[in-house]
Amino acid sequence: MLEILQNLDRRWIFLMMFIAVSVPLIMGTTFPEEPSDQVMAVFHAVDDLPDGSNVVVALDYDPASEGELQPMASAFTRHCALKKHNLYFMTLWPQGIPMIQRSIDLLESEFPDTYKGKYGSKYVNLGFRAGNEGVIKLVVEDLKKSYSSDINGTDLENIPLTKNLKNIQQVDLLANVSAGYPGSKEWVLYGSAPFDIPTVVGCTGVQAPIMLPYIPQQLDGMLAAIKGAAEYEQAIINGYPELKDNPNAKEGLKRMGPQLVAHVLLISLIVLGNVIYFWERKQGMA
Amino acid sequence: MKRTIPLFISAVTGFVLICTAFIPKFVDWGNDAMAWFNILAAFAFILGGGNLLKMQLQKISAQQPGWGYSAVTLIAFFITLIVGLLKVGVHPNINFPEYAWSGDYLAEGSTFWWLFEYIFYPLSATMFALLAFYISSAAFRAFRAKNTEATILLLIAVIVLLGRTYAGVWLTSWLPNEPILGNSGITYSDFHLSHLSEIIMDDFTTPGMRAITIGIALGVASTSLKVLLGVDRSYLGSDQEA
Repeated sequence: MLEILQNLDRRWIFLMMFIAVSVPLIMGTTFPEEPSDQVMAVFHAVDDLPDGSNVVVALDYDPASEGELQPMASAFTRHCALKKHNLYFMTLWPQGIPMIQRSIDLLESEFPDTYKGKYGSKYVNLGFRAGNEGVIKLVVEDLKKSYSSDINGTDLENIPLTKNLKNIQQVDLLANVSAGYPGSKEWVLYGSAPFDIPTVVGCTGVQAPIMLPYIPQQLDGMLAAIKGAAEYEQAIINGYPELKDNPNAKEGLKRMGPQLVAHVLLISLIVLGNVIYFWERKQGMA
Repeated sequence: MKRTIPLFISAVTGFVLICTAFIPKFVDWGNDAMAWFNILAAFAFILGGGNLLKMQLQKISAQQPGWGYSAVTLIAFFITLIVGLLKVGVHPNINFPEYAWSGDYLAEGSTFWWLFEYIFYPLSATMFALLAFYISSAAFRAFRAKNTEATILLLIAVIVLLGRTYAGVWLTSWLPNEPILGNSGITYSDFHLSHLSEIIMDDFTTPGMRAITIGIALGVASTSLKVLLGVDRSYLGSDQEA
């Protein structure tokens, strides 16, 4: 048996991973989530603001990371919409524009009374600007030096939400969802830390250890990977039970099923690999 | 001269930006410098495009192995560039019904939207998703408890992998919230996998990352000073080019 496993074709492992991810995904298996303190810090950062506060939503990711980050972006957007906050969307990634559009579609489809047809007065899409942290440095000091117009080319002076906004130090919260550089770290280094802008972030699992040192002094809270998104969704559902029957509000929760089975498979493969390794050592092969 | 002017520009811009952090009067200068930087960053796209063209054309003209991929890259590059520059929008535009494809070029149904949704998006997501398969293969073949350090790493990986899913709760939720040894303050429930995972992240990863971050920051500060003072000129290219 161990001889067969020793020379196991990796395509069998690929097949096992495919089944491990696809079966729970097709079956829609979900598991209960208990929001951690860090996730509750993010929840309160959004929820404790008075209704109609100004929130910058910076979405710095692309389709490669959408599987991990879109549930966070949607959850941030939905939570802000429940509080009727005014939203300023922007991105430092050229591929981020369609990601913003997904959040805008969510606003208009799930909260038509508050947001449909309210472009400019309830939300605005500033789009993409090149310059990475250079853009951040400018928008925190002088927004219109970096963004003179929105994504449609409309002068910011002619948009009610941006007309009197000098810089984003004036907003009540900065929510960033990022997949790497430029992203959460740059927003903290050049935005929230020097100017004390309340900031929450959502990031990929590999970024989480990089962001941990900034909590809680420079960063109010962080959602790490799909687990963080699922816990945040649970926290929002706990706070707003009317979302219980909204399947779109459980995207992160749904993705925890495949994650669990994939993790268990990974552990099984590690254990099996080590059993083979020790067996080989005993046989004097390794 | 070829080296002196770039060195001068770097030094002046760098010192102005440092001053903006300490002297409020310099803030506007700093903002101007950042605005120039952002404009230059936009021009970098042109340089990037030019470089891509040069490299791929070289491969095609030399008929290097895989030159067909270069041809595909160039075709994709030019189609996207033309669609983007011409802002080919959806049809029709309410204000200009007589002009074809004059509507919003980012709206659903436009050529750019189609290229993104049906080519870039699936390709990009697929490439990233393939990682799951390679990780599983690597877990089976490479993650061996060969020595003490590797064994510790392996145990921590297992705890975090289980602790970040419901499996951790399911496996250890039966541990009672009772003290282990009298009044030691340690309870059985402290060994819940989700709790252990949090301890690893908060008490081991965070201090470690803080130390690394501070080290990197000191390194960046010293390297930046060397660049601004003209001691480190490696960013200008080799001496032969000067």
